[in-house]
This record gives sequence, C-alpha cells and structure tokens, in this order.
Amino acid sequence: MNLFSVGFKTLFFKEILRFWKVATQTIAAPVVSAMLYLLIFGHVLDGRVEMLDGVSYTSFLVPGLVMMSVLQNAFANSSSSLIQSKITGNLVFILLPPLSHVEILAAYVAASIVRGLAVGLGVFIITAWFAHLSFAAPLWIVAFALLGAGILGTLGVIAGIWAEKFDQLAAFQNFLITPATFLAGVFYSIKKLPPFWLAVSHFNPFFYMIDGFRYGFFGQSDVSPWTSLAIVAVVFVVLATVAINLLRRGYKLRH
Amino acid sequence: MTAAIQIDSVEKSYKGFKALKGVSLNIEQGEFFGLLGPNGAGKTTLISTIAGLIRPDVGSVRIHGHDVVKDFRAARMKLGVVPQELVFDPFFTVRETLRLQSGYFGLKNNDPWIDEVMENLDLTPKADVNMRALSGGMKRRVLVAQALVHKPPVIVLDEPTAGVDVELRQTLWKFISRLNREGHTVVLTTHYLEEAQAMCQRVAMLKTGNVVALDTMSQLLRRVSGSSLVVHLKHGTLPDGLRHLVAHDEHAAGAANGNGGGNKYTLRVNEYGEVEGILARLRESGAEIDEMQLQQADLEDIFIQIMEGASQAGVPVR
Repeated sequence: MNLFSVGFKTLFFKEILRFWKVATQTIAAPVVSAMLYLLIFGHVLDGRVEMLDGVSYTSFLVPGLVMMSVLQNAFANSSSSLIQSKITGNLVFILLPPLSHVEILAAYVAASIVRGLAVGLGVFIITAWFAHLSFAAPLWIVAFALLGAGILGTLGVIAGIWAEKFDQLAAFQNFLITPATFLAGVFYSIKKLPPFWLAVSHFNPFFYMIDGFRYGFFGQSDVSPWTSLAIVAVVFVVLATVAINLLRRGYKLRH
Repeated sequence: MTAAIQIDSVEKSYKGFKALKGVSLNIEQGEFFGLLGPNGAGKTTLISTIAGLIRPDVGSVRIHGHDVVKDFRAARMKLGVVPQELVFDPFFTVRETLRLQSGYFGLKNNDPWIDEVMENLDLTPKADVNMRALSGGMKRRVLVAQALVHKPPVIVLDEPTAGVDVELRQTLWKFISRLNREGHTVVLTTHYLEEAQAMCQRVAMLKTGNVVALDTMSQLLRRVSGSSLVVHLKHGTLPDGLRHLVAHDEHAAGAANGNGGGNKYTLRVNEYGEVEGILARLRESGAEIDEMQLQQADLEDIFIQIMEGASQAGVPVR
C-alpha cells in the first residue's frame, strides 16, 4: 500500500471533514463531559485520596480523563462513520473505487486518531487549568496517545463492519468500550483495588494504555511503561490484522 | 479486442435461493447494452457482481480483461456504476461529493472534468448545495456524476431513470449517448422498455437467474411477428379462416368473464401485404369493421413473449 496515495489521502480527508462539520457534537461535547467529571470527582476527592506519591487527586485524574476521551472518541469516529454509511447505503462510494483493504483501514484509523487527539487536546487544555501537571516523559505521552487512539480506531472499524444496526453498535460501546475504559484506572490506581480485581485489571488492555500515558506525566505507573508499550503494540497488531482480514474477505460488506 | 465485460458461468446463491444460475455473456467495447428482466430476475445481483459488491459463488467477471476479484484495482478503474438506490452522504455538498469520489479513484485536480459533468447534467447551479437539500431527481443526477468522475470506459446504469422526470431523462440520455458515441461502453438496466428500445444496440433478458434471450435489438424486433392488426367489428364475427391469426380475442375473453367483451380481435400480421387479404375475408364473411388499427410490434411485445416462452419451456430462448 502506498500511504501517500491519493485514494488514502482522500478517504482520510473525508473522514476528518465528516467529524469537523459537526464539531460541536464530536469535539466540544466530549470536552465538556470530561470537564464535568473533573469538576465533580476532583471537588469531592481532592485532598482525601492520593493515588500516586506526591500527586494530588485532580492532577492524577487529568491524564486519565484525557486518555479516556482520546480512546472513546477514536472508537466513536470510525464505528459511527461506518455504521452510518452502511445503514444509509453510501458505503457503496467507498466500495466501488479501487481502494485497497489497507488503504481503507489506514484512512479510517488515521482519522480516528486525529479526532481522538483533538478531543484529548481539548480536554487537556481545559482541565489543565485545574491541576498542576508535570511532563516527566513526554514521548511516552505521545506514544500511548497515538497507539491507544489507533487501537480504538481499529476496534471501531471492526465494530462498524460487524454491526448491522445502531443498536448493536451501542451495545458494543456500552457493554465493552465504556466499562473497559472506566475500569482501566481512569479514576483510580489499580493498586488500590482488592487482589482479585487487581489481577482482573491486568487482563484489560485499556489499563496499559492509560497507565503508560499517565507515566508520561508523573514518571510513576502501576506497571513498567515498557511492559505497557509491548502489550499495547501487540493488541494493535492483532486488531489491525483482524480488521484487514475482515475487509479483505468483505465480511458483511461485499456479499 | 478484449470484451468490455466478460461474464463466465456466474452463479450466486443467498441462503439457498439461487439468484444467478450460470450466467455467461460478453459485452463488447463501445456497445450500448440492455440488461432486461422482471423484478427478481437477477439484474441487480449481476450488476453488483460486475461492480465487485457481490462475490460470485462460481464463475468470474472481467472488465477489460481484469478480474473483478483478483485484479480488482484495475477492474474498478475501468468501471463506473450508478446504483439503483438513491444513496448520498449527507455531510457534503455536490462539489465536495464529486471531488471526494475523484480522489477515491486516485485523481487529483479533476475540477475541469467535474465542472463538465455537472454542466452536462444541469448540476452547476447546485454545486455548493448540501446533498440533503437536493430533490430526488437532483440526487439521481449526482449519482450519475459520481459514476463518471473518473471517465470510466465502462458505465453501468442500474435503473437510472426510475422515478425521475422527463427533463432528467432527456438530459441523462443526451449525455450518456454522447459518451457512448465517444467510445464508452454503456450497460443499462431499466423497466422502461421503450427507453431500452431507443438506446440499446444489444439486449440480454434475464429471468429467475438465467439469460433467456441475448441478441441485437434489430434481430429481436425481427424475431417476433412484425405487427398486429386490431379490428373492432360492428356486425358479424371473425371467420374461421382467420382464427389461426388471433393473438388476443377480447370477444372470447369477455365472454369468459361474463361481461360480453365486445367484438374486438388482435390478429398477428407478418407483412403489411397480409392486411388486404384479412380485410377481404372479413368482407366475404359479411362482417363490418367499426374500428381498425395497425400496431408495430415493439420490445414490450417481445419481452412478454420471451418471458412467457421461458416460463413454459423452462429453458433459455436464444
């Protein structure tokens, strides 16, 4: 695949344009939601609990909320675009041209990353006013933000291909993505959990994305950022392979 | 010369229902080809197979020699498809839609051709209007324009004039005819048989997944009895010597229905010279003609005969 092909760039641009034209819904709304989380949880818990040594709860919460927003919006972008196109029938405009499976996946995922990062940046800019943040290892921040958004963008493509109606996609989002994100340490350190749930958390890939991302700010994490990076990279490769295979087979797209 | 579209023994089933039962046909470059058949005949399934939207269970389809599955990129570059459903992306304007479609086909800076296509389809005044704000007819024009943005040598139109006004039909056929004259192959499916008769040089008729007729338009029109003479008798009945020519007997049909049916007969006429003989026999029998009309057989007559023939025989009519 040529990542600089006109076909890839056009589909990527179209996906950017699609969410940008409804930015109030796709960018502003999730930023406001994240800010409300910060105001409520930060106000109630700041000064009462300490998740990382020497880090206030509000400061601890900010990277978690940023990453949660990145992940949820990256998923929403590719999945909602695909399901809308499938249901309205305009997916045919993507299926008729000579776009390769990899070009299609790459364009959807790249646009999801852009939306995830745009929302994440918005959340960061707003919430950073309420917390004292450091940048202990900025490259980890970038690496986990990109990989996390890439994973969720890819998962969104898989969900968008699989789902045949909005109801099924909502189930995917409400029963898998949201719980997995919330239970991945956005609001707490998993070290504070009982042993059973601590062990369970280690099977949640979202935990490694958030933990590694938070390491970039504070230089502290529940597991080594290298371990997180390896797990996140493997998850990305596995999901991308599944997505390319579905597109190649034309699963639920070409009958 | 390589065929524009080569379809070899294509079969396709959906959950036990066989939509295509070994369809084979070649469409030559530069042809204006009609794909006709009743609802459920398999026309759209065949077109979707040509477009790569459906993968055949058996057989293959090639566009200008490129297999639509194995060599899909080259095949799709050669093909422009106007889908039957009125689909559109509600986020974009007409011009954005056409620029995006150009880009998917790898074309940059395609505005001169996009402008020309919009001009020819009377879309220019709507260029910056969002797709949601367009009427059904205008959306149909955009669908046609989208299929043409990459100047494909093969254009497939799946019922492009379904539910659209006369103005669009004329605009569309004028532009498509021009493209055909310039060498583009055009494949058309339509339920408007007069359109197919006016535009198509060759026709395939499908029924229940089989090709039941495949011939040039002129041969098809010649194949079926040339004309029919409709006579409405004021007095008397049709003499026995003319009974073998009856294609439709409203008198008998009316009697069977219990409503009289009048005294109207449709007689098959192979040559105009036979008309005089029929009139002479009617005069001899004492019948008096109230009204008379000579009708030329058209594609609709042929379509009905072939479909009925295929039903009775259960085998392709070639």
